[in-house]
Amino acid sequence: MSEEKNVDTDLICINCPLGCKVFVKGDLTVPEELEIKGNTCIKGKEYAISELTAPKRMVTSSVMVLKGDKPVVSVKTKEAIPKNLIFDAMNEIRRAKMQAPVKIGDVVIGNLCNTGIKVVATSNVDRI
Amino acid sequence: MKIINRELLVIGGGPAGLAAAVGAYEEGIRDILILERDIEAGGILNQCIHNGFGLHTFKEELTGPEYAGRYIDKVNGLGIEIKTNSMVIDLKPVENDENKDSYGNLATVVSRSEGMYQIKAKAVILAMGCRERPRGALNIPGFRPAGVFSAGTAQRLVNIEGRNVGKDVVILGSGDIGLIMARRMSLEGARVHCVLELMPYSGGLKRNIVQCLEDYSIPLHLSHTVIDVKGKERVTSIVAAQVDENLQPIPGTEKEYKCDTLLLSVGLIPENEVSLSAGIEISPITNGPVVDEAMETSCRGVFACGNVLHVHDLVDYVSDEADVAGRKAAAFIRSQGEEVNTKEHARHIETLGAVRYVVPQEIHSDNLDDEQIFRFRVSKPMGRSKIVVSIGDKTVMSKNKMIMAPGEMENITFKKKWLEGTGADDKISISAFEIDKEFVI
Repeated sequence: MSEEKNVDTDLICINCPLGCKVFVKGDLTVPEELEIKGNTCIKGKEYAISELTAPKRMVTSSVMVLKGDKPVVSVKTKEAIPKNLIFDAMNEIRRAKMQAPVKIGDVVIGNLCNTGIKVVATSNVDRI
Repeated sequence: MKIINRELLVIGGGPAGLAAAVGAYEEGIRDILILERDIEAGGILNQCIHNGFGLHTFKEELTGPEYAGRYIDKVNGLGIEIKTNSMVIDLKPVENDENKDSYGNLATVVSRSEGMYQIKAKAVILAMGCRERPRGALNIPGFRPAGVFSAGTAQRLVNIEGRNVGKDVVILGSGDIGLIMARRMSLEGARVHCVLELMPYSGGLKRNIVQCLEDYSIPLHLSHTVIDVKGKERVTSIVAAQVDENLQPIPGTEKEYKCDTLLLSVGLIPENEVSLSAGIEISPITNGPVVDEAMETSCRGVFACGNVLHVHDLVDYVSDEADVAGRKAAAFIRSQGEEVNTKEHARHIETLGAVRYVVPQEIHSDNLDDEQIFRFRVSKPMGRSKIVVSIGDKTVMSKNKMIMAPGEMENITFKKKWLEGTGADDKISISAFEIDKEFVI
């Protein structure tokens, strides 16, 4: 039987600019029975559970472009990645290079840090 | 000088200008020109590569360039012309025009490819955005070495020009750009020692304090400022100190941080030089034009929206506001030649309690749509609070808020029907106050 992980805490939801203060009380190993208050939408509840069990973040950065009309292209992880992988992810993103032209949505890295998550371009760079 | 005629001229190709042009197009105006001084449209969004944009407008979370891209695609798809590298340096009402052809505003434009020329427009939408408050406005003592950047300049250098700004960083000011840059510099491998904030509260969104500072263990020191910048060629250290309730440094609290970079995120100022050249009335509180329900300024046929009107924290609200300005400018153009509404009896909206300003600042009851959005900010952080709208001595709306902060713009929807049965001279007011305080009174 797994050990109980009791929490009685509050956190700020980062899903939208409202920044709701969400209160969480109960045993984290039984998420469905947690007492969750203060959130104003379902995302707040999901965020609270995820934040206390396996926190995730979107990572955005920029990547060097060769032969482009701009030196770099902005990129993002297609979905949020585990928070503890942020700096490993940045090391991989920093080494990546793209050839112009680059279009919004183009895949920059196919499998970031073996998470299966893609890094995609978020702006357009024309070829010179 | 060459003069060309356009029905609608939009000054600025950022999120406000793009959404305003789309709004006007959807109301039937086809002869639209957007002028953008940068090499491409998109405005400040191009350098805001972080996510969190568009939840309200597109129901999904986008980065800044993606949000801008959606609007640029829309504008291009509709065939609305954007001229880049083109800067408006002057705007004047057309005087003594004998033809009275309703092209009532004259803009002077400079461009590398086309030289200097003028545009006569039936209506103009101001969408020039804002700029950062510079170091010179702060009176920080010390040397003037390299390494002191406004946060937005650093953001542009890192995100658009792909340059490295510094390795050891202190940030003054906890507005959203300062917080976002704390994270960005950390991701780029720099050490961000701390964020200093003069006020006893942060000016940024709560979620940015969590995901930009707490995630990276960057301390936020409230009621602190920079009292010295050291270094001859490049910054070598800065001295921070705590401030008292009068915002004066407290002797004995000084702390020196070795660093090579100081970023300043100390406020944004609407960029209204063009508005001033047209003689438009500017509010001393927002530093933007005074507008009415149509987002029309004191100059007939000139409208304003986005950060040039008042500084926003969310682009989604900029798009909404700009859409209204575009639609109203279109209505103004269409109504020309008819009996023009003289817009008499502007009713000023009074701000009470903690409401620092409201936009629009005045309304003409006859021109009001069924619903009118008022955006406002409060002057201090507040806990459980009430927002109240009154007409004369009648309260027409009251709503509770769990929390309000100066860094987060509020809005209320004013209903035209509330005006029924009230006198034309009854004062319209918006107030905000903490509920507990009310009981004390």
